[in-house]
Amino acid sequence: MNDATLTRLAGHFALMSLFAIGGANSAVPEMQRVAVEVEHWMTARQFTGLFALAQLAPGPNVIIVTLIGYQAAGLLGALVATLAMCGPSCLFAFYIGRISERMKGEVWTAVQSGLLPISIGLIAASGFVVASAAAHNAAAVLVTVFAAVLCSARRLNPLWIFAAAALLGIADLL
Amino acid sequence: MSDMASRPSSAPASPAPSLLQLFAAFALISLCGFGGVLAWSRRMLVEQRQWMTAEEFNASYALCQFLPGPNVVNLSVIFGGRIRGPLGSLVALVGLIGPPFVIVSVLALAYARFGAIAALQRMLVGIAAAAAGLVLGTCAKMALPLLRDRFALAPSMALVTFAAIGVMRWPLHWSLALLVPVSIAIAWVRR
Repeated sequence: MNDATLTRLAGHFALMSLFAIGGANSAVPEMQRVAVEVEHWMTARQFTGLFALAQLAPGPNVIIVTLIGYQAAGLLGALVATLAMCGPSCLFAFYIGRISERMKGEVWTAVQSGLLPISIGLIAASGFVVASAAAHNAAAVLVTVFAAVLCSARRLNPLWIFAAAALLGIADLL
Repeated sequence: MSDMASRPSSAPASPAPSLLQLFAAFALISLCGFGGVLAWSRRMLVEQRQWMTAEEFNASYALCQFLPGPNVVNLSVIFGGRIRGPLGSLVALVGLIGPPFVIVSVLALAYARFGAIAALQRMLVGIAAAAAGLVLGTCAKMALPLLRDRFALAPSMALVTFAAIGVMRWPLHWSLALLVPVSIAIAWVRR
């Protein structure tokens, strides 16, 4: 049972690794689809909790896969999920890093400008999926809107925004 | 951006770091990087250690944004690899991922034990709502230049991708297998 879970963790995240265009956040909707709807490793509410925990931890956003792996299959699951999510894309990045000096000209420019709208669409989908999962009431929606406006309007350490939202949550307003 | 003007493109000011220095730098970037590691990696690699010029950093980061997978993880692999080969990549990667892996594993253990507490759940929902807002706000900033598109083809591709993944919840790899070639073909025709 546990071995099967590890294999499935590895398979899902290795595939996702190569399709996360625009960074780890681009794959958040797919992570939720797989973890909640396909594999039933957790409820949608638990996924939202793990997403929030990943924001609280230092380090790159990709660390959410460690939490998903842990929830699915313990410490070994955390390790397998993290390695699977980083492995394929790292090998690809290493190879491209070697040849990137030669990648100039029209084809490369077309690839870049073709991928940009895709990655923006994926990141918007991430924000939307998490926002809908967290939108238990009007106050939660307001928190999302307020955070979005605040971060586009001015530079502010996100931890302040998280702290305010956490307090609202503890005060049972969300 | 300001030091781009003050230091024209040239070799970085410092000699190439050793494997240990590489590991320590990326571990520090990782541990300082709350809510996004990009700003910290730039500060460390360009300003403090001066292992890269601002131009090199911008070029590497632009490349990493278009590679699949986590951006800063890709940056560590490419930077480590350029300086110390495959071992450099591995060391930079373990420096970046190792410390948060340990911290997050402890968090996961705590969550498994205390995750059912109602106040904690509400707190995490609040943080998730705020974090989703930050993602959407950053995304809006990225999307603004797309709106200058005369035939609105790029915004349409972004919208179709959003609908397929965010609303229809179609599998990521099948959706992208279709959307990526179309989007690149459009960009190629319009070049």
